[in-house]
Formats: sequence, C-alpha cells, structure tokens
Amino acid sequence: MAESAQAMAATSTRPEGLQGIAADWSSDQRAFKNVPWGKAMMWIFLLSDTFIFSCFLLSYMTVRSSTTVPWPPVSEIFALTIGGESIPLILIAIMTFILISSSGTMAMAVNFGYRRDRVKSAVLMLATAAFGAMFVGMQAFEWTKLIVEEGVRPWGNPFGAAQFGSSFFMITGFHGFHVSVGVIFLIIVARKVWRGDFDRNVRGFFTSRKGNYEVVEIMGLYWHFVDLVWVFIFAVFYLW
Amino acid sequence: MAHAEGQQHPIRVYLIIWAWLFVLSTFSYLVDYFHLQGYLRWSLILLFMTMKAGLIVAVFMHMMWERLALMYAILLPPVLVLVFVGIMVFESDYTFLTRDIFFRVGS
Repeated sequence: MAESAQAMAATSTRPEGLQGIAADWSSDQRAFKNVPWGKAMMWIFLLSDTFIFSCFLLSYMTVRSSTTVPWPPVSEIFALTIGGESIPLILIAIMTFILISSSGTMAMAVNFGYRRDRVKSAVLMLATAAFGAMFVGMQAFEWTKLIVEEGVRPWGNPFGAAQFGSSFFMITGFHGFHVSVGVIFLIIVARKVWRGDFDRNVRGFFTSRKGNYEVVEIMGLYWHFVDLVWVFIFAVFYLW
Repeated sequence: MAHAEGQQHPIRVYLIIWAWLFVLSTFSYLVDYFHLQGYLRWSLILLFMTMKAGLIVAVFMHMMWERLALMYAILLPPVLVLVFVGIMVFESDYTFLTRDIFFRVGS
C-alpha cells in the first residue's frame, strides 16, 4: 500500500508526453505508474484477448473474401417478424442496445464504488449482470432459431457459402462465453461490494487477498471489453 | 488512501457517452435498414464502429485519463494487427483467383 502511495506521489513530478513514456519505461522500475497491478494485468489480459478475437475476425474475413459461393444474406437471416412485418436485423440491434446499456450501468457502478456508495454500486452491477444474462438469452434464442429452424450447421447451410456457419458459431459462441463468464464475475463482485468486503478488508475466497474498490473498476474493464468486441462483431459480421 | 483512488469523474460524463453510443448504434443499424451499398456502406460502418470503440475505450475504460506509457503499451499492438489484415487480404484475393480459375470451369 505504501509503495503504491509512493508511486502515486511520484507521478505528479514525472514528465508528460513522449518524454514521459521514456522516463516511465527506462531502468528498473514499475512501468505503469499510477495504475494498480491488478488493473495493469487486466489490461494485458485484454490485449491478449484482443489478439484472439482479431484472429477470429481475420479468419472470417479471409474465408468470406476467398469463397466463390455467394455469402448468405445476413440481414435477412437475422430478421424478426414483429406485428406481421419482417424487420431486418432487429434482433441483433436489440442485443446491441442491451449490451451498450449494460456498459453504461457498469461505468456508473465503478463510479459509485469509488464513492463508497456500496448499495448503488452493487445494484448497478446486478443490473449489468441482468442485461448480460438477457443478452446471452437472446443469443441462445438466435442460435436455436438458426440451428433448428433454418438448418445452419458449421459445415453448411441452405443460404450459401458453408463458411458462414463455422464463422458465426465460432465468433458469437466465443463472445457469448465471455459474456457468460462476465455475468458470473459480476455477481461475485456485486456480492462482495454489497456485504462491504472491501470496507472491512475481508480476504477473498479464492486468492485469500484483501480487495478494494479497484476490483470493481477491473471488473468494469473486462465488461467494457466484452461490449467493445461486440461493436466489432456487429459491424463486420452482421452489417458487412 | 483517499488520494490514491483515481478515476473519479462526474456521472454526467458517462450518461453523455452512453447517449452517444445509442445514437451511433442507431446510425449503424440504419445503414443496413436503408440498404446503403458499396463504399458508402462500408465507410459508414467502419466510421461508426471506430467512433463507438473509441468512446468505450477512452471514457468507459478510462484510457484517456491514463498515462501515455500505458496507452501506448495497450493501444499500439492492436493497431499492428492491420498489417496482418493486409497480408490476409492479398492471400484471400489469391485464393479466390485460383478457385475461380480452376474450380469454376465447366460448372
């Protein structure tokens, strides 16, 4: 703790800009000055996760642009019939708005956490988890519709290029898994905040370390990343 | 330890960004809804995607308030993925060409 306070005090006198980068990275010291180690590690994990999702989207781009068979009409496949009228891509649009809303509630949960407003922070995190669960539920509905009604399989589908199925299940499946894990983590962190674990220095059940409200921000980083990945999937898979 | 806790920003900032994300998502949905095609479609999709991603990383993930050392360490490597994209564009063009020449004949 004293060490991090020292690092904090040191930042006010450190150079900014490119000189700051050189100063922060040079010689034997912590490169990331006013960032707790947990947050730095979450960022580095997210960086590696970025590469995983990049590889998925890249392989999707490669198979889509190298196939001679026409690509299935994505916006019609994900259309929903509401009130007797078929609206293209509406399910995906709703899922997008739900995930963005969950990001908004998460950002506010982090804020209230730092303000020591335990109840608001926990409730907002539970709302985030509820939005996330809603998203996964809609994804399950979408998968069921595609597999059972439309007959889409990873090795083929009735609409066109066979690569559509494998790309779709791989990319949205991996993203849905991230959302599901996020929901579980949100519930765990919300419970800790609710009970006031971070105010009473209770040790965690898994790491046996004392936590603090930075945990909420680290959780938030992960959740915003899940939303971020969806932004890219929505643009290049559903809209392209 | 009160001073050691960074990233305190007014709630209003988050609400404004939240609203913007809604607006931008609606715009990108409308691109599909109005059946825009060709370069206009792609450039609009990529524009809205980049803006949304930027807002999320900068404000929701607090990147704009971090030190430059962390910003560069995290944001620069993904940019290099664009090189990979370039390589795969060439590769898939070549694959498409060979498939077109050797598999489409007679069909």
